Amino acid sequence: MSAITRDEVAHLARLSRLALGEEELDHLAGQLDDIISAVARVREVAADDIPPSSHALPLVNVFRADGIRPCLSREDALSQAPATEGDRFKVPRILDEEA
Amino acid sequence: MSTTTTGPMGYDEALEAYEPVLGLETHVELGTASKMFCGCSTTFGGEPNTQVCPVCLGLPGALPVANAAAIEYTIKIGLALNCSIAEWCRFARKNYFYPDMPKNFQISQYDEPLCFDGYLDVEIDGRTVRVEIERVHLEEDTGKSLHVGGSTGRIHGADYSLVDYNRAGIPLVEIVTKPIVGTDRLAPEVARAYVTELRELVRAIGASDVRMEEGSLRCDVNVSLMPRGSSEWGTRSETKNVNSLRSVERAVRSEISRQAGVLAAGGRVVQETRHFHEDTGETTSGRSKEEAQDYRYFPEPDLVPIAPDRAWVDRLRTELPEPPSVRRRRLQAEWGLSDLDMAAMHNAGAIELVEATIAAGAPAADARKWWMGELARRANEQAVELVELPVTPAQVARVAQLVASGSLNDKLARQVLEGVLAGEGEPDKVVEARGLAIVSDDGALGDVVDQVIADNPDVADKIRGGKVAAAGALVGAVMKATRGQADAGRARELILERLGVS
Repeated sequence: MSAITRDEVAHLARLSRLALGEEELDHLAGQLDDIISAVARVREVAADDIPPSSHALPLVNVFRADGIRPCLSREDALSQAPATEGDRFKVPRILDEEA
Repeated sequence: MSTTTTGPMGYDEALEAYEPVLGLETHVELGTASKMFCGCSTTFGGEPNTQVCPVCLGLPGALPVANAAAIEYTIKIGLALNCSIAEWCRFARKNYFYPDMPKNFQISQYDEPLCFDGYLDVEIDGRTVRVEIERVHLEEDTGKSLHVGGSTGRIHGADYSLVDYNRAGIPLVEIVTKPIVGTDRLAPEVARAYVTELRELVRAIGASDVRMEEGSLRCDVNVSLMPRGSSEWGTRSETKNVNSLRSVERAVRSEISRQAGVLAAGGRVVQETRHFHEDTGETTSGRSKEEAQDYRYFPEPDLVPIAPDRAWVDRLRTELPEPPSVRRRRLQAEWGLSDLDMAAMHNAGAIELVEATIAAGAPAADARKWWMGELARRANEQAVELVELPVTPAQVARVAQLVASGSLNDKLARQVLEGVLAGEGEPDKVVEARGLAIVSDDGALGDVVDQVIADNPDVADKIRGGKVAAAGALVGAVMKATRGQADAGRARELILERLGVS
């Protein structure tokens, strides 16, 4: 049984705003299935007494004090934007007409 | 079908047929000096995109570090809401494509909130309603968009949008209730009372300035209806960003009427986001949630887990302020008010204002009289909250002092307040500019009295003949002639003196 189906890959691609063609979906579904199956082998050694972890280091509570630090200048902040207007980032229409 | 055209049902009629179930999601922007994960300032109202850095702009390679003060405030809010505090929890990435977050994800919490399973008791008409709290979690606020094109400045029909990321990354606490059942026809009042109580509690903790008009406290209102006697909940709508206490109440009422109208006509309520309109008090359809959102939450890899030490939690518990309900009972005793009067002040949002007015030097009874009388009337007329009126407790206290010292009477004081509200400056300036001081010097007043006696010989004769009560008519004439600016007591004395009956 495959670890990820072609339909699931298509769904994830849509959520990620990736326009994948039919051939690309065939190709990537197989590759992703191989990758996930390989990673899933961890389960074979992770017994019930080993909790799932999301971080490699055994650290908790890394905080900073509530202090203000210098910001970017507005010119610097906007310098990498594809488009700006009136000191703001300009972005394309958010909702399609029918939404 | 949902295309059936039906009008909303009257509120009373709707409540005869259906029972409402409520849910409230409240977002509170914390009052930390710096943002949640970076050192940018959180000051409100800065020039666009001047409070941003690589972290809150999501530039490559930038790494977040959690703000300790924000974690403490969140735990305090959780403790004040009688929640359990997680022994261990994580931040999570909420992935979505919307330009209000430059990272394409928001750092939030998913299945491991910092605080959970609490409650808040609210009082309505002397009855205590327990609102259960599902969770309190910490996330980051989003940027602000200006929608350009289209007619209304709304996202619908806009050609493009302009984004200011100053607000992106400000710590935001989300407080979610469990479904609130059994409130019946009090549902709108319960919703309002809950948000009012929550706001006072957060303010007392000092975690936020909780200004609804500036968006530092925002409320989403979920409402569903079920037929009376049913135990199966209906489909809910979610009304977004309801921005005043009054609107919370109106949004619930309006959704109950709207949904009842749809259901009674055989339609079905669509699960969707709706927008509340302050001007009409109605909601309109926003984005449909029929297709479940898939945010692909996963543990935030750039932030390590939070494991609040129990000693730390206990210390935060000892730092909690007097709970607002306890404080109200104490103030009620100090001010000698009935339950009814105190409840009225609470509902009007007048308690802090009256307290501050007393602190600024006004007698308790006067402070209450002005806020609950003249100012409540004006707030009501303009459909705004008392706190939104452009008058400060210090200014009200000054007006009360001017009345107490005899410089103003109540009628003139109302005109002074009118001037202050109209932006004419401090009370003393309004008194001077409008010439509102009481006329009590005997010269000016005496001339008016003489004139009034001359104009009313019949009345004057009656008074000379011993009918002292008739003096009231002449005092009235003096007040009229001076457009209310005379010292009525002194006018009466002068009238009686002139007519030889003093």
